[in-house]
Amino acid sequence: MTVTQEARPGADDAFQADFDAKIAADQRIEPRDWMPEAYRRTLVRQVSQHAHSEIIGMQPEGDWIASAPSLRRKAILLAKVQDEAGHGLYLYAAAETLGVDRSDLTTRLIEGRQKYSSIFNYPSLNFADVGVIGWLVDGAAICNQVPLCRSSFGPYARAMVRICKEESFHQRQGYELLMRMMEGTEGQRRMVQDAVDRWWWPSLMMFGPPDADSPNTAQSMAWRIKRDTNDDLRQKFVDMSVPQAEKLGVTLPDPELAWNDERGHYDFGEPDWVEFKQVVSGAGPKNAERIARRRAAHEKGAWVREAATAYAAKQAAKARTTTNLQEASA
Amino acid sequence: MSGDNIFTGLVEEHQGDARWAFGTGFTDALAGVDTTLPAGVDGADLALYCQMLGDDALVQAQRLVQWVTDAPELEEEVALANIALDLLGQARLLLARAGQADGTGRDEDAFAYRRAAHEFRNVRLTEAPRGDFAHAVVTLLVLSGQRLALFGRLADSTDPVLAAIAAKGVNELAYHREYAVSWALRLGDGTPYSHERMVEAVADVWPLTGELFATHPVEARLAAQGAAVDPATVRDEVHAVLTRVFTEATLAAPAPFPEGTVAGRDGRHTPALAPLLDELQKVAREHPEATW
Repeated sequence: MTVTQEARPGADDAFQADFDAKIAADQRIEPRDWMPEAYRRTLVRQVSQHAHSEIIGMQPEGDWIASAPSLRRKAILLAKVQDEAGHGLYLYAAAETLGVDRSDLTTRLIEGRQKYSSIFNYPSLNFADVGVIGWLVDGAAICNQVPLCRSSFGPYARAMVRICKEESFHQRQGYELLMRMMEGTEGQRRMVQDAVDRWWWPSLMMFGPPDADSPNTAQSMAWRIKRDTNDDLRQKFVDMSVPQAEKLGVTLPDPELAWNDERGHYDFGEPDWVEFKQVVSGAGPKNAERIARRRAAHEKGAWVREAATAYAAKQAAKARTTTNLQEASA
Repeated sequence: MSGDNIFTGLVEEHQGDARWAFGTGFTDALAGVDTTLPAGVDGADLALYCQMLGDDALVQAQRLVQWVTDAPELEEEVALANIALDLLGQARLLLARAGQADGTGRDEDAFAYRRAAHEFRNVRLTEAPRGDFAHAVVTLLVLSGQRLALFGRLADSTDPVLAAIAAKGVNELAYHREYAVSWALRLGDGTPYSHERMVEAVADVWPLTGELFATHPVEARLAAQGAAVDPATVRDEVHAVLTRVFTEATLAAPAPFPEGTVAGRDGRHTPALAPLLDELQKVAREHPEATW
């Protein structure tokens, strides 16, 4: 249970000072520790959005499991999508340590009251998308998530350590698939370039709006639940991706992309922030479909969950009866 | 761990990274196993038998994959994907063995992607449309029960490769059956509605169960040589297990398995198989020259 301000009226200042000192010393905040309500709320939002992203993120790649063109690729992709369900589970568990309930978070997702990463509102149109999602989308996710292994909130930081390790496998499988395809037929190379053209800009948008337009960044950085600004991470991602694209032999669809010796970084063009806002606000190509699918699975499965609950209750009642009988006969 | 290291690792040469995600260790289950055909065993027969068992697993995995992003709970997404992954692993080994046994040297993908529906040797229950979660549970219960009984005996096959595949598969199949049993109990003895759904699923699945225990001439010949298991010999054992599960799940005791005749094992399938294979094979067939 989370100890909130309300639990100990009058003692706020001392608790706040203790909390501030822990943050300043880069110590972890644990679920039983006192925390400001706004910190808790921000984390619930961040962790649950992250969990939802894992779950919705199963869909664009999941669509290709059935048609993966070799059994090895099918197994890799199935395992990867299974990992994502697992990531969702750890993250929901981390969110639950903040005093929220997973079923309530699921309801918020399927009613469109909580967001998930907008990248998953784009369609996956050819099998190379599986590789590009691994390379760029998982790559951008890693860029965002590696600093979160040092998040001030313990359960989130620990979940992130495990998730980042698995994500790095995912990224490499994506890159390896693309390498293989680029060494293949002309048709395969066209598929890869087509997928890169479609996913590059949405990947840059995964770091969120420009710093000047990101109202929550300063507070989240002060609380150390976010460790780098959106623009810093975006730059880092571009700097890392350009040599990878060159090695692969694909063109990144940005005419402004050029090495800047003075800055020691690549210059790059501005993502289409109007499109970004549209997709975030629900008007992306696949927003409605992604949520509808999650909602349909949840609703269709209601009778199964109810059966499991009813069965568990019957078993518990039987166990109580047995215990009572044993006690009575003792 | 630093972000830089993860990224620079990408552009360096991979050092034989075998693991791309949880469950993709892809360690060679047949390392050190003698792959020569046992004396007296007909290679063409053995290849067909490997396709029968391999196709059962491949087609069932393809059906199970339909639950990914569509299961009643996230835990079920993970579990069903895991079961599909195990079956896919078994299929890969068995189809590769088929290509060794028939002397063509065809690989697993040649069998999976370049055969027509009438060349698939799976029993028809594996290709049946997915249905609701109760259908998935009953189907998995029956198929894993039968396969576990077969693999338990096949671990003593005179073919060392089949013996190794079966020995590895037994643990996986025991888990598959345990998972199916746990849900048969919850649904059978859960709510009146879930009970009703189970009754309907059993009624739908049962007519297709007889074929699981019908002996194909290839199975009979290989069983006589100790290389295969005659499925008729596991019929009573599987029925006994199901009877115990059904009773515990408050369902009526199962009817005897109907007398089945060989159908899928001879390439005679229901209309459900062709669309399943179209989906499985479409990308590979669009790019016949490609490697992946």
